[in-house]
This record gives sequence, C-alpha cells and structure tokens, in this order.
Amino acid sequence: MFSYTIKRLLTVIPVLLGMSLVVFFMIRAIPGNPAQVILGQKATKEAVEALTHKLGLDQPWYVQYIKYLGGLLKGDLGESLRTGVAVSQEIWPYLAATLELSLAAMFIAVVIGVNAGIISAWFQNSWFDYVAMVLALVGVSMPIFWLGLMEQWIFAINLDWFPTSGREDVRNPIEAITHLYVIDTLMQGNTDQFVQTLQHLVLPSVALATIPMAIIARMTRSSMLEVMKSDYIRTARAKGLSMFWVVYKHSLKNAIIPVLTVIGLQMGLLLGGAILTETIFSWPGIGRYIYEAIGYRDYPVIQSGILIVAMIFIFINLIVDLLYAAIDPRIKYN
Amino acid sequence: MAELARNEANIVQQEEQATSLWKEGWIRFRKNKMALVGSGIVLFFILLAVFAPLIAPYEMNDQQLSMRLQAPSKDHIFGTDDFGRDIFSRVVYGARISLWVGFFSVLGSVVIGSLLGIIAGYYGRWIDAVISRIFDIMLAFPSILLAIGIVAVLGPSLKNALIAIAVINIPNFGRLIRSRVLSIKQEEYITAAKAIGMSDARILFHHILPNSMAPIIVQGTLAIATAIIEAAALGFLGLGAQPPNPEWGKMLADSKAYLTQAPWTMIFPGLAIMLTVLGFNLMGDGLRDALDPRMKS
Repeated sequence: MFSYTIKRLLTVIPVLLGMSLVVFFMIRAIPGNPAQVILGQKATKEAVEALTHKLGLDQPWYVQYIKYLGGLLKGDLGESLRTGVAVSQEIWPYLAATLELSLAAMFIAVVIGVNAGIISAWFQNSWFDYVAMVLALVGVSMPIFWLGLMEQWIFAINLDWFPTSGREDVRNPIEAITHLYVIDTLMQGNTDQFVQTLQHLVLPSVALATIPMAIIARMTRSSMLEVMKSDYIRTARAKGLSMFWVVYKHSLKNAIIPVLTVIGLQMGLLLGGAILTETIFSWPGIGRYIYEAIGYRDYPVIQSGILIVAMIFIFINLIVDLLYAAIDPRIKYN
Repeated sequence: MAELARNEANIVQQEEQATSLWKEGWIRFRKNKMALVGSGIVLFFILLAVFAPLIAPYEMNDQQLSMRLQAPSKDHIFGTDDFGRDIFSRVVYGARISLWVGFFSVLGSVVIGSLLGIIAGYYGRWIDAVISRIFDIMLAFPSILLAIGIVAVLGPSLKNALIAIAVINIPNFGRLIRSRVLSIKQEEYITAAKAIGMSDARILFHHILPNSMAPIIVQGTLAIATAIIEAAALGFLGLGAQPPNPEWGKMLADSKAYLTQAPWTMIFPGLAIMLTVLGFNLMGDGLRDALDPRMKS
C-alpha cells in the first residue's frame, strides 16, 4: 500500500508539469498585452514597453516558464497584475468560498443520492423507485445555470425564503478567520450569522448538487441491486437479520466502491461546475476569480488559479483511489 | 494454403457476427421504451431545427420594441424578450445552433480521439506513452475550465466554442478506443489478418475500427448531450454564440436581468436545453443497453 501510494504520487508529477506547461502556453496565447490592459488604451508606447519589461513579459518563454516553475516550488504563485497582491495571499478566500460551496453540494448529493439509490434498490419497481429514477434522469440532463435561475425565481424572488445571491449579508458582514464561513460563525458562536450563512448556501449548493446527486443515486441503485442478489445477502436474510440491517450494513459496504469512484469524480467536476453556479449566485469563489482574471489578462491569477483547481482535482482522484483499499479488503495494491 | 483459407474464413465469420450483433442491438433498442422516448425527443428537435423557417411564426431577430417583455399570449406563445423578439421563434431557431454545435463538436472529438486512440493502442510503446500522458493532462482539468481557457485564447464565438468543446472531449474518445484496440488486437482474427500479410492501415480501418463502432456510437450520443450543455454554458458565460444569435445559453444569460418582470424569458430556453439533453441521454442509455449488454446499468 505504501509503495503504491508513493508510485501514484510520482505519476502525478509529470501530469502536474504537463499541466503547468499547457496553462503557461495557453495563457500566453490569449490575444492582447497585459501591460496594455493594465495601463489602458490611452497609455503611451514607452509606458507599455516599460511595464512589459518590469513584468518580465519581454523575456524568452522558457525563461519565464522556468522562473514561474521555480516560484511554484517555493510556494510563490506570482503577483496579481491587477491588484498587485501576491496570488498565494489573495487566493485563499476565493478557494475557501468554492470549497465551502462544493462541500455543501457534495454533502447534499451524497446524503440524498445514496439514500435514494438504496431505497430504490430495496423497493425495486415500486412507485418510489420509478419517481426517484425519473427525477435522477431529469437531474442528469439539467443545465446547472438554468436550475440556478429557476431556484432564484421560485425560492428567492417569489417565496422570499432564501437570499438571491452572495455569500453573506452585506449589512452584517462576517469576520473571517478561516474564510469557511460555516466554521467561522460557529467558532464565534454567532447563531444569527451561522443561520444567514446556511441560508446563503442553500440555493447555490442545491443547484450544484443536482447532477452529482442524480448520478450517485443511479450508481448506488445499480450497485446495490447487484450486491443484493449475492448469496451472502440471502444467507444474512435467512439467518433472520432485519432488512434494514442487511441493506445498510452488509449490502452498502460492498456496494459503495463504485459509488465512491463516482463521488470522487463528481467532487472534481463540482469544482468546474462551481464556475457557473458562482456566476449565477454572485458567489465570490475561485471560478469567478479566474473568469474575471481572464478579462483582465491577469496571467499569474489565471495560471495559478487553473493549476490549483486542477491539482485539487488530481489529488481528490488519488485519495479516492487509495480509499478503495481501505474500504474493500479484496483490493490489494502491489 | 489451408492455414490461409482458415484465416480468411475466420475473418469472414467475424464480420458476419458483427452484422448479427447490430441486428440484435436494433431489436433490443426497439423494445426499450425509454430509448424510444429519447429518440422521439431528439427527432422532434431535429425536425424543429430543419423546418425552423416554416415552424417559427416570426423571424428570429424581428424586433418589435412596443411588444417588449410581453407575457405568453396567443400571438407570442412563449412571450417576448427585452427587444420585443418572439421567444418561441428564437427557441425554434436555437435548436439549429445547439444541435449543430453538439453534433459537429462530437464528430470532431470522435475523429481526432479515435485516430489518436487507435495509434496509441495499436503501436504501443513510446507513442502510447506520449498520447496517454497528453490525455491524462487534458483530463486533469475540469472540462469547462479548459473550454473557457481555449475560448479565451481563440476569442469568444460560436465556432470557437465548438472547437473548444471538441478539444476537451478528445481524450474521452481516445481512451475508449485505445482500450478497445488493446483488447481487439489480441483477438485471433487480427492475428490471422496479420498472418495473411494485411497492412496495418487495413487492419486498423477495416477490422479494428468497425469492431469499436458500438462503444463509439454509445459514447458519441451521450457526448452530444454533454456538448449541448457545455455550449450553452459557454454561451451563458458570454464566451459562445454572440448576439443576436438565438443560442439557448445566451438567451438564458440575457434573461437574468428580467427574472422578476419576465420569467418566461428564462423558462423556455432552459426547458429546451433540458429536453434536448434528456433526449440524447435516454437515447444514449438505450443504445448502450442495446449494443453492449455487458455495460447495462
């Protein structure tokens, strides 16, 4: 297991290097000079040239890349061209906002998706099964951005149950400690702000959760159906164990592996889906941070932002891979 | 000589088996009600796209400023938008754009992905290593992020959105075909084809590729669904179709400002995206169950 972990970690290195190279070239292929963008259209040629030199953008690409890579190894993600603040300093609040949103979405997706899948398999061909699977099918086909707008229209504008957008009430700002507001408000013991944070989280996280929830429900159902046909499940039933115990203890434990794969993959996809959700709900997350940076040709922010999201994606997949062995003793890594 | 005849017979038998697999697949597909519903939805939108000028009561860009943000009525069954344009007509014409992007982007991914997958799987060694690593790198990015990056480089337009979607889906097809090639090339009839001196190109394009068609069709149909959503997402972010094109995602983005006054500007384009995607998903699921019963969920 240990040697497998090391081996897997080593395979991540060339992928990360390749990714950094792809991002580096992609960003530089974006038309327009960042110096010109920063100084505006009325800037003199000399001023643009001076700033281009100051930013190191007149150096050969390999020098820029090596400098960038060297910086990365030291944890230096560069400075935002727009704000002048170090990206490593600036990025965390945005990353935390996306993390909080994605975790809330995954929590909803797993709790509802897994249970809906289990109940559908348990009562196969019942009305619950049909309704849940039709909903799952619709859920998989749902464009997040449309669902988000529908939620805003129904639950925020018409029913006024939840706020339309944002992460906090601007009249009652949250004092950030970790920038994960659910945790921050709990740490401060501020119940009002805690409830407010949850209220702001509901609509975007439900929108973001819909597709993974549907996929998890379908996967859990098919995986459970397969396991529930096994001999040992029949034996457990014959021994007089209650159906609840058989389903939730014996079947689920063996059916969860493919579900776990899907959960891992979906967690990565959530990070991508978050960009759309963040746009609709004006959620100040990493997706919007990168998206806005593209408009300003803010190279360091785009580069580091995409790289960090992709790194998280890779590491989630790695963790899921390693978790298999912990859950399923049949899997042995050599 | 006898060996040669046996090898040829082996290849012919393999081709006959393939034909009967398609027939069996078609019989299974016809029995699958959900798949038929999906195909019906897809056909409906294809007809809508083809006959848009006959179906749409107004020109897609006809502006009647006196009729701005009108609620659904007899004259405008889906209502009008902020320029007084008929939303029903725009949704009908929008089907052309979405199906066009969905189909051609997937065609691009299938052609390039299959070619790379075949080369990687058949020739192996360093070619396989290089191509597989490129796929790994591409798959390491959340797809929409990569698509945004590509469109940022190429410039926002419908054509560039199509290219971006095609590019991000290449590794999915590449990996699929690679794994098929790896298993097919061990088959007896391929060894037989090699033994009778068949060229690599003939083996690849006459035997391996046709035998990989089923998963390509299944994956392709499901990928059209994803591509339509991705195109709409790029349109929604302002990186896809540009005004005044009636692209569904762009129509949704424009509707954001009128959510309170005119929710119909948001409801119908979204419904159109969802139904088209649902149609392709149901059809893809049906094709998967019909063409590859082992993959049945």
